[in-house]
Amino acid sequence: MFRSQPFERISTIMLIVGMMVFSQGALSATGDTSTADHGKFKELEVDFKTGPEVTKACLVCHTEASKQVHKTRHWTWNVVNDKTGQLLGKRNVINNFCISTQSNIASCSTCHVGYGWVDGTFDFTSEEHVDCLVCHDTTGTYDKKRVREGKSVNFKLLAQNVGKTSRATCGACHFKGGGGAAVKHGDLDPSMTTPDMFLDVHMDEDGLNFSCATCHTTDAHMVSGSRYQPRAEGVDRIVVPGMKDQSLTACQACHGPRPMHNEKLNDHTDRLACPTCHVPAFARGDFPTKMWWDWSTAGKLDAEGKPIHELDHEENEVYNSKKGHFRWGSDVKPEYVWFNGTVNYTLVGDKIDPTQVVEINRFEGSADDPKSRIWPVKVMRGKQPYDAKLLTMVPVHTTGKDGFWEQFDWNDAVAKGMAAVGLTYSGELGFAETRMMWPIAHMVAPVEKTVGCDECHVRQGGRLEGLGGMYVPGRDYWPWVDLLGWGIALLSLIGVLGHGAIRYVSHLRERNG
Amino acid sequence: MAERIYIFKRFERFWHWTQAALIITMLITGFEIHGSYHWLGFETAQETHTTAAWLLIGLWVFAIFWHFTTGEWKQYIPTTDKLVAMAKYYLTGIFSHAEHPFRQTQLRKHNPLQRLAYLFVKLMINPLIWISGLLYLYYPSWDAWGLSSLGLTLGIVAFFHLVAAFLMLIFFIVHVYFATTGHTPMAHIKAMITGYEEVE
Repeated sequence: MFRSQPFERISTIMLIVGMMVFSQGALSATGDTSTADHGKFKELEVDFKTGPEVTKACLVCHTEASKQVHKTRHWTWNVVNDKTGQLLGKRNVINNFCISTQSNIASCSTCHVGYGWVDGTFDFTSEEHVDCLVCHDTTGTYDKKRVREGKSVNFKLLAQNVGKTSRATCGACHFKGGGGAAVKHGDLDPSMTTPDMFLDVHMDEDGLNFSCATCHTTDAHMVSGSRYQPRAEGVDRIVVPGMKDQSLTACQACHGPRPMHNEKLNDHTDRLACPTCHVPAFARGDFPTKMWWDWSTAGKLDAEGKPIHELDHEENEVYNSKKGHFRWGSDVKPEYVWFNGTVNYTLVGDKIDPTQVVEINRFEGSADDPKSRIWPVKVMRGKQPYDAKLLTMVPVHTTGKDGFWEQFDWNDAVAKGMAAVGLTYSGELGFAETRMMWPIAHMVAPVEKTVGCDECHVRQGGRLEGLGGMYVPGRDYWPWVDLLGWGIALLSLIGVLGHGAIRYVSHLRERNG
Repeated sequence: MAERIYIFKRFERFWHWTQAALIITMLITGFEIHGSYHWLGFETAQETHTTAAWLLIGLWVFAIFWHFTTGEWKQYIPTTDKLVAMAKYYLTGIFSHAEHPFRQTQLRKHNPLQRLAYLFVKLMINPLIWISGLLYLYYPSWDAWGLSSLGLTLGIVAFFHLVAAFLMLIFFIVHVYFATTGHTPMAHIKAMITGYEEVE
């Protein structure tokens, strides 16, 4: 029988103690340099029963925090794009994933930075209903779902361990947009909680170890770098203290406008966004991203009237009675568009042409616009319901006992969805093909993995194939110039070779008499 | 009895052969950049092309200086003297070992057809390549130079650069062939190496 020797036991204990000491040291070295230890605050020595009780305690010291949060889109889900005048934000837009939040808010608000938003009666002025913990938890144990379900949660532990936001806290929502890991964005997924340098050079856990907020700098809880109104061209100089805009979401804010050693590469920066070359593919982590969602096939039930699930050989869900058919992609090459930062949405109520692919959002920009850059995008495609009489995309009531996911009744679900935004459903349903663009800016690859010159500067099959408005060396040519040029060159060659041949023959004849 | 005369001076020969190597390099890499074929890869082709371009520009600066300080530029003044005779010689006489209508001297190195051809290279092809090539290279500076507002596009510049490249290619083919039309096929080529041409 195996028995460990006393010496071995001692060395094992020493090893464990050593590891603990070392990890303590490592912890302080990774930047927990706050002057406040929340574990020592009397206000937090309380057995909180609810989230809002915790928030009240936070507000004792952080008196302005909730007022600040109230101004953010994380709280309002309401954003006016001042370039287009469109009313956006999660409360207003539709997408081609789960479609709409309005009637489904009790479910969608799982990702709201507040407590208790279940219907139109939610008080957006309530300070104590701001959820501090969802962003500031450092224990990794905060589970908003448990809180919402009223299950027991150790609020005291959470409150005593608050700190800076992290990839894990931001990722709790943003890595699972669309209702699951990697579904929505493609360049954000849970593998970025602990990424290596191949997945993202900046976030690399063993390297630079950036958190989201390292670039998405935050001022008074206002997080910079929203995709509703991005700056396609980035910034033209490095951000230094004293500058009005301290946002580091543009790569140039740290790297400058011409950061590469090769000047010819730098010459691209006036027309290409950085991720166009530096994010060669999205969904490069452990999770595939959703590329196609066809709602029109949703609702099929098996012989027993039960919902159907189908998985492909990689265990990805390809059919679900609640949602329809899916297609997934890993390591997907982005598509590329000219983009000047202006995004136009097709909102509920906007007239659509169902014979065309409906653009849920459209990235504006062109080669002629100096503010435009070529951007990589994930294009999400699918089919989703529209009102065939009113010719508008429709919100759909999917969640809850009376929603489509339980009832499988399209007309009812659309009628409820439209009622929630104050519209009346005509009763005629159609399914339109849609597409939606998501800018790709994360999963920045190491330099060896960047997009190579030949991937765009190539006659056919290049990444920029079909992207118009500019001349791309190696891609573009004038067939008649090539024909004429090579033709004349060939004729010249034939001419001189013929001339030479006659010379040779007459030389031979002369020599042979 | 053949006589050896010193036609091509040391710098001239250096210039000629260096230029030849650079132009061949630039034709090969240039047409790869244009997308006509894949060999070195776009990046290597582009880098080689640009490096060769700067070397050639440097060489041309010296060559132009040399032409003007030595008066050698006068070798390219066009003339009609024996022009028709030369054309006839290449069309017929050359096949029957007829007498060459032109006699080379140090002051008249080039026959009248050569004069025209080289003048065309120096006044048409080269400037077209230089100007379009430099514009191509410095395309991001156009805004600062006020060129974008004039309607200049990369496509236009690329077009002229490409046309100039085809002209250079055609010149190259014909030039190499005519280098073999001395009294022996290697005579002119040897002269371009040693500097000495054998004349009757």
